[in-house]
Amino acid sequence: MAKDKKDKKKESAVSAPALTLEQKLDLYRVQVELRQFEKRAYDLFLENFVKGTSHLSIGQEAIAAGFAAAMRPDDWTFATYRGHAHTLARGVPMTPVLAELMGRENGLMAGKGGSMHLTSVEHGVMGSYAIIGAHLPIACGAAWSAQYRGTDQVAVCFFGDGSTNIGAFHEALNFAAVWKLPVIFVCENNLWMEYTRTTEVTAVENPAADRASAYGLESIIVDGNDADAVYEVASAAISRARAGDGPSMIEAKTYRHFGHSRADPGKYRPDDEVAEWLKKDPIPRYHQRLLKEGATEQQLTAIEASVAAAVDRATEEAKAGKAPSPELLMKDVWADGGSQWRN
Amino acid sequence: MAQLTFREAIARGIAQEMRRDEKVVFLGEDIGAAGGVFKGTVGLLEEFGGVRVRDTPISEQAILGAAMGAAMTGLRPVAEIMFSDFFAVCWDIVVNEIAKSRYMTNGQMSFPLVIRSGNGGGLRFGAQHSQSVENWAMMVPGLKVVVPSNAVDVIGLMAASIRDNDPVIFLEEKALYASKMEVPDGEILDTLGTAKVLRQGSDATLVALGNMVPRALLAAEELASRGISCTVVDVRCLVPLDTQTILREVSATGRLFTIEENPRLCGWGGELASIVADEIFYDLDGPLVRITTPHIPLPAADVLEDMAIPSVERIVETVYKSMNS
Repeated sequence: MAKDKKDKKKESAVSAPALTLEQKLDLYRVQVELRQFEKRAYDLFLENFVKGTSHLSIGQEAIAAGFAAAMRPDDWTFATYRGHAHTLARGVPMTPVLAELMGRENGLMAGKGGSMHLTSVEHGVMGSYAIIGAHLPIACGAAWSAQYRGTDQVAVCFFGDGSTNIGAFHEALNFAAVWKLPVIFVCENNLWMEYTRTTEVTAVENPAADRASAYGLESIIVDGNDADAVYEVASAAISRARAGDGPSMIEAKTYRHFGHSRADPGKYRPDDEVAEWLKKDPIPRYHQRLLKEGATEQQLTAIEASVAAAVDRATEEAKAGKAPSPELLMKDVWADGGSQWRN
Repeated sequence: MAQLTFREAIARGIAQEMRRDEKVVFLGEDIGAAGGVFKGTVGLLEEFGGVRVRDTPISEQAILGAAMGAAMTGLRPVAEIMFSDFFAVCWDIVVNEIAKSRYMTNGQMSFPLVIRSGNGGGLRFGAQHSQSVENWAMMVPGLKVVVPSNAVDVIGLMAASIRDNDPVIFLEEKALYASKMEVPDGEILDTLGTAKVLRQGSDATLVALGNMVPRALLAAEELASRGISCTVVDVRCLVPLDTQTILREVSATGRLFTIEENPRLCGWGGELASIVADEIFYDLDGPLVRITTPHIPLPAADVLEDMAIPSVERIVETVYKSMNS
């Protein structure tokens, strides 16, 4: 099954071509979508349409958008409980994602997973994992499968700064390096590990990048609030993985504008720190850059307006969804579709 | 026909499936070059090569995470966790990830994988290398649990587990690795969720699992000489559970004795007793009796370990006393 990779190496080890203005406008649209979608999700919480919990990526959109732009449709995303952005960025429509948050039958998983477990195999979104660090080894497994079957798919695994102190992180890094797996580990370092400043509980300054050398990997840090910069490091790492040159780890510096989860107003963060990072908000930054690079204000406004209309439409469609039918309760524990454990 | 040990049957079962399906891959600690610490996987690396039979670091979460990721993308991995006690360091991957992900994703994913592991006591290894953890696995929705008691069943149930589209915890009783039996040539394929009646009697039904099965058979022999005729049922598979066979055999004699190596609380026999009491209460002629390891960690010293795990003598005495009270 495993094919000779040598020929493939030549064609895929090229560096990413510079993005055209059209592609950049698309990158802008994706970031605006993620932002507006999550703002709406937040409003729907306050109106009690969304139950349970939710973890917003507002402020971190450039990472999801930049990576998704560099990935091929058959590549795999492994996300965390803060996974709305990564799911949408791979092309999953807004309506099923919002409906899933609202526990409706037209949700992405018919309401059986919820906000923290968004999955769309069809779009390469191979799960959102809510146990810190658990999905790093799982991403290794998908990468192993690509390596074994001789496809040149890659697995991209996103996680937070807090994951770098759990055992599974270290097991996965070593495993991926030893087996030379086509997997890219992406640490979204938003400086706060839930309610605690990460540097206060971590032995090194850069929780992912400073550990990379322990596994023979290059230390890579990128401005996670710059979609173009993210796209560039993502493309390079993906090319390496496709060419059979093994894993990479990238630490993207960023900041979440909201608290850790729905219940957290984020008051533990100093006001000046929040203000400083709001100035580095990836979306206005990208807006300004596009104007400098030849886009018009009208073009950008039109994108924002069309996204706003799409979010409104998704909201109505999600609200119109039915509650999940009772027969879903006992379905799909097993591959035969049922839940029988005895005869 | 050939005489095969339980440990040789493991390698034969895996090899049978690796020959027929290229998607079957095998990973774990010391499984390749070393042939397994219990020599249960000798010859697999030589036959199938290092791409399909891969030695791993001592990283149980990585091993099972890799198996899960491979299964969700189309392979059929077999993973080894050397001692079932080590499930405690990777239980998150088993319980929170592998077992739940099909349900949580509304059936978008399947996990056709087997996790095989050396289980149980009798080797004087002490409390961290001797546990019987079948009850841990049984209580998790989404896991199938197989515990064979002889070499032929090892091959047939291994094949069925590898071909199954759901995750299977395949527990190999360490105390049985050296046991031998005649094994037919050619492909052997069994069915999950089927208990086997190994001896038919009229007075009492002994229901046993894994390492307790040969002891139950010896106890039945001894009890027969003391005038008590016993049926012996080998459960073989805790999930799915063949309750129909067990209920039929308990109804026929009117008495149930479970023989369990797991510590007392929440052992599989408790669940079985509850099913029997619910569904065939009026067929019973006496109390439901569980014969188990006491609720203690297993000691290392041979004398103490032998006192803890149900012995033939303890089974005989318990059944005899209960049948004559």
